[in-house]
Amino acid sequence: MTGSGSVSSPRTLFDKLWDAHVVAEVTSDVSLLYVDRHLIHDLGGHTAFNEIERRGLSVRRPDRIFAVPDHVVSSAPGRTGGVAGWSNRHIDGLRDGCRKRGIRFFDVNDPEQGIVHVIGPELGLTVPGLLLVCGDSHTSTHGALGALAWGIGASEIVHVLATQTIVQRRPQRMRVRFDGTLAAGTEPKDLILRLIGELGAAGGNGYAVEYAGSAIRDMEIDGRLTLCNLSIEMGAKVGLVAPDERTFAYVVGRPFAPRDGDLELAMAHWRTLATDDDAVFDREVVLDASTVAPQVTWGTSPQDVIPIDAVVPDPARAPDASRRDAMAAALAYMGLTPGQPIAGTRIDRVFIGSCTNGRLPDLRRAAEVVRGRRVASHVQAWVVPGSQAVKRAAESEGLDRVFKEAGFEWREPGCSLCVGANGEMVAPGERCVSTSNRNFVGRQGPGARTHLASPAMAAAAAVTGTLADVRTFLR
Amino acid sequence: MEQFAVLQGVAAPLLFPNIDTDVIIRIERMSQYGRGELGPWAFEVLRFAPDGTERPEFILNRPPFRDARILLAGPNFGCGSSREMAVWALQERGIGCVIAPSFGDIFFGNCLQNGVLAIRLPVGTIDKLAARILGDPANATLTVDLENQEIRGDGRVVTFDIEPLARASLLQGLDPVEVTLQREAEIAAFERRDRQNRPWLHT
Repeated sequence: MTGSGSVSSPRTLFDKLWDAHVVAEVTSDVSLLYVDRHLIHDLGGHTAFNEIERRGLSVRRPDRIFAVPDHVVSSAPGRTGGVAGWSNRHIDGLRDGCRKRGIRFFDVNDPEQGIVHVIGPELGLTVPGLLLVCGDSHTSTHGALGALAWGIGASEIVHVLATQTIVQRRPQRMRVRFDGTLAAGTEPKDLILRLIGELGAAGGNGYAVEYAGSAIRDMEIDGRLTLCNLSIEMGAKVGLVAPDERTFAYVVGRPFAPRDGDLELAMAHWRTLATDDDAVFDREVVLDASTVAPQVTWGTSPQDVIPIDAVVPDPARAPDASRRDAMAAALAYMGLTPGQPIAGTRIDRVFIGSCTNGRLPDLRRAAEVVRGRRVASHVQAWVVPGSQAVKRAAESEGLDRVFKEAGFEWREPGCSLCVGANGEMVAPGERCVSTSNRNFVGRQGPGARTHLASPAMAAAAAVTGTLADVRTFLR
Repeated sequence: MEQFAVLQGVAAPLLFPNIDTDVIIRIERMSQYGRGELGPWAFEVLRFAPDGTERPEFILNRPPFRDARILLAGPNFGCGSSREMAVWALQERGIGCVIAPSFGDIFFGNCLQNGVLAIRLPVGTIDKLAARILGDPANATLTVDLENQEIRGDGRVVTFDIEPLARASLLQGLDPVEVTLQREAEIAAFERRDRQNRPWLHT
């Protein structure tokens, strides 16, 4: 054992998870870690299999791998695969590669299909105590269940396929305590956007972040998933929440979760997965959740975020020249003027979905705002459920009708407009309010202008046709 | 993986903060093209106007920076998506070294996997290097010497730190998969122990 010392000294949740997966120490701060679960998707899976083949390697533990197409699948109702030949090559390549190696593959219209970070928790593939990796930066999502999870690159995917291990430098530990209660009209999305705004897009670089505090204890699992999902937007590869009774209630009974005698053994282990009282973090941050208003981004980095009742910031007031230039460029790209109230800005598109906010409670909160209202006539609004299971559950509650009657398109599960990998994009110059995770230049399409917000805020924007304060819709 | 020893070439200052991997390579390029075809699309949104013509003011469109082999970048370079194609696209454009105050963690690791040297230097040091280069592009050629952990140019020397494991791995061009496969016995031993420790994961 290195770093945090022996098993008897107080350890953080992160240290416990890390130490339990050490196969070998490579140097004093780099370890070879065992990977319990490896999730792969259609944008990378095929390439990785080709590389395995080319190098004459074999897949060490096909039973620990699960695959699903999500990035390039069409979200159009009645879809059969991708939107074009190139997308189907990715899907077919993933399917064939899995079949050949005995890897479990959930196909495009299978009942288990969905965004990889939505179906992992949903199917019980993600449970506390696991080390889980996936070739996607939003793998931080899975930490919400007390699993150690992060996104890896293409070479590391091949490494994990061939060895079931990964070489990692031990990160530093940060704890973020959210105390207090979220105010009406605010959501976990607002909480994490506000944190990213405070710490900056690089504030979490080199850290594994544990979220704690009363607002986390009170938070449902879906909200914790949103929180951990966005950890990477402040640079932290790993987000974590210690498993508690809410976690256990969520996990138990899911298709791939331990059951019966196994569950008892697993539960005994899971109950040890909390940060010890005297454990020390490299950095501690405290934020009062009750002070957080609904947030919206104004720029081209998730750190460019303000409360919906604020005005667009002025680059002239930036702390330095580099920041001033970056702000000015972002405002030019976004077509916004310093000092203008952000609320009331006319929008063209709304996207509700993604691994950040494509779960059932997200759709419920959006539907609550939409119910009995109409999407503004100039706005094109989409709901893309995060998974087939989310879609089925939403339909059984009649949420699809609420959205469709209001003028939303109700679509098929996948990443869709979050990233445009499937060809679904926002047109140049169009302004989109999106529940996704990145407002980068061109993220939703070349020239597309993205405003990140919560599902309820996106719904409020859809029905008003402008950026709008969802608190005025509360009944 | 290719070995990295000494790289000499033009260094292009691109000091904008938070350049994300979506900007380095757009997702539809990586879904439509494969490794070896990505170079022309590197920094597409910065290099080209919407009508496809080059933006003459963008540094990588100007001589001598068009042929840059080294990037002097701003804070948090390579943040965002885990797409390793960002590194491939840089490499295919001839860029073998990126120097920045900080990097996105996943991008930093991906560089190492591909023999691209990512160097962290204080922002002040990078600003000085950039100012000299922009002041007189005749000073744009730098020599990055990994063995001696030095950046030389214009008669000056800047030293840099690098983690010993990364340095050794780059200098020797080690293949991480081959290295780990040597540890098969330890991996198998972990699996046997784990069967005892976490039987619930093995049924």
